[in-house]
Amino acid sequence: MDYLLTEEQQMIKETAREITEKKVIPMRAELDERNAFPTEILQDMAKADLFGIFVPEEYGGFGGGCLDIVLALEEMARGCVGVATSYAANALGIFPVLISGSKEQKEKYLPDIAQGKRWAAFGLTESNAGSDASGIQTTAVLDGDEWVLNGTKQWITNGGEAQVYTIIAMTDPSKGPRGATMFVVEDGDPGFSYGKKEDKMGIRASATRELIMQDCRIPKDRMIGRRGTGFITVMKTLDISRPGIASLGLGLGQAALDEAVTYAKQRVQFGKPIIAFQAMQHMLADMAIQVEAARALIYAAAKHIDNNPKNMSKASSMCKVFATDMAMKVTTDAVQVLGGYGYMKEYPVEKMMRDAKILQIYEGTNQIQRNVIGQELNKEYS
Amino acid sequence: MKIVVCIKQVPDAKDVRLDPETNTLAREGVESIMNPFDRHALEEAVRIKEEHGGEVVALSMGPPQAETVLREAISCGADRGVLVSDRGFAGADTWATSYTLGNAVQTLGEFDMVLCGKQAIDGDTAQVGPGLATQLRVPFVTCVQKIRTIEGKSLDLERMMDDGYDVVRLPIPCLLTVVKDINEPRTPSLKGKMKAKKAEITVLSAADIGAKPDCIGLAGSPTRVVNVFSPPPRGDRTVFTGSAEEQVDQLVEQLGKYI
Repeated sequence: MDYLLTEEQQMIKETAREITEKKVIPMRAELDERNAFPTEILQDMAKADLFGIFVPEEYGGFGGGCLDIVLALEEMARGCVGVATSYAANALGIFPVLISGSKEQKEKYLPDIAQGKRWAAFGLTESNAGSDASGIQTTAVLDGDEWVLNGTKQWITNGGEAQVYTIIAMTDPSKGPRGATMFVVEDGDPGFSYGKKEDKMGIRASATRELIMQDCRIPKDRMIGRRGTGFITVMKTLDISRPGIASLGLGLGQAALDEAVTYAKQRVQFGKPIIAFQAMQHMLADMAIQVEAARALIYAAAKHIDNNPKNMSKASSMCKVFATDMAMKVTTDAVQVLGGYGYMKEYPVEKMMRDAKILQIYEGTNQIQRNVIGQELNKEYS
Repeated sequence: MKIVVCIKQVPDAKDVRLDPETNTLAREGVESIMNPFDRHALEEAVRIKEEHGGEVVALSMGPPQAETVLREAISCGADRGVLVSDRGFAGADTWATSYTLGNAVQTLGEFDMVLCGKQAIDGDTAQVGPGLATQLRVPFVTCVQKIRTIEGKSLDLERMMDDGYDVVRLPIPCLLTVVKDINEPRTPSLKGKMKAKKAEITVLSAADIGAKPDCIGLAGSPTRVVNVFSPPPRGDRTVFTGSAEEQVDQLVEQLGKYI
């Protein structure tokens, strides 16, 4: 379907697709097998200016919005969700600076991010604070001109690979969610270290590590926004980042559909290509319907967000749930279409199915997204 | 450092047909691409510019639609594109093409280097690079696999040979043709694509470059394609196996059949 994208948006798609086809697809099985971070591919993306899409023009980027990122991520995810996650986590990591950072912080970090000289990561999750973000135990205490951070962040995408980390910590634990503040922690800061790299089921090309802060001292000016506004920044960040995760589901679903149809046209059983059988046609049709519906919803949500509405949470959560549930279903069906071959690592759908699962879990589980949608409905109808 | 890169728009090799009347390549309705070897020449020129400063001019001779490859060249880092286009150029062989490009390069003014791909994938002659150097009266080296150093007006490079490579030093200005091993061309960047979209391509006619009518196009081309055929298949081949002695025995036995 034609979504009437602008010429610039077509260029973003083309550029992301070219890198995906030339660099990502030939490498994805090896990266997955070796659990290896795609440093070179990300550098190629940076050279092609893809890291500047979401950075404002005055800081060397293209000043693109949510839809522009979504288009790039869709193309990347057609190749490998692990690689695309590493790219997406970089955007997620720098969004807090973009949303609530000072002019000095933007000047310090955004040009480097736009050029891919430094990568970012987002530090929210802890062992006791996942879906319930209010359970955060990391603390930050002001000591003269420095903040002193203590605590451990868990399952941080790009952990150990990024140079810039946006981290939420409790500055006034007694105030609950209003006592949380965001900070920038940089690779090499005293007291800042990384835990072991996690061994994951899917998205194995992405790096997931613990961030450990033991009396980690950072300058006072690393605080993002005002004291106590950490949660607001996190919520705003997630509102604009979730369509990106939805788009990973979309690209992945499209890739699985492409593989399934291609295979069904070639595979002959009972004297016919299996696509000639109605059972197979219905399955492929359902996959195609879901992929296209997800695309329409994501693009619409992204355009809604780019219009800077007062409330974007519901649209953001809706597309995240729909597209990632779709990706799980469509990749599972793609494995079914390919049958025994689909279960083997020689074909890419096995990896696609493993990669799909995380999309329903990270950046807010799909259960939490439904909570958000439910709460919004409750407000709307009051 | 001013570098001119010669770029040819060629039919995509996936879809090649011959015109049965003229025995030349049929270009109508075939998707066109940038000659792959020229892409490597362009990448090398952009890398030299990034290290030593200067300007990269992409030059093409072709019909108006060849403008597309020049825009693509700009998206990959060329500063500007110049298209030499004139009905009179049609049917040019390698000699007339070299003459035309020679005039075009001279019209563009002084240069330090001209870079070309080793050959175009449609004609496969590998003659235009050397022909152009001759027209320009500058030294040239073909099949360059690496530029080692550029110091002042001197260039050290490696020329690919069947059994290794030669190390050659030559003065600037000069012309080089490059092989694919020289580099890995970059993906066009977003900024490059946006620049390419807005860029104005300079179009020069035969008169603009001072080309003599009897030296261009079909009239200026000594080459005539009289026939096109597939080479006959090679005869049967036998590979002997076993120890050296056994192989010699087998060979002698086989040769015996012919005595």
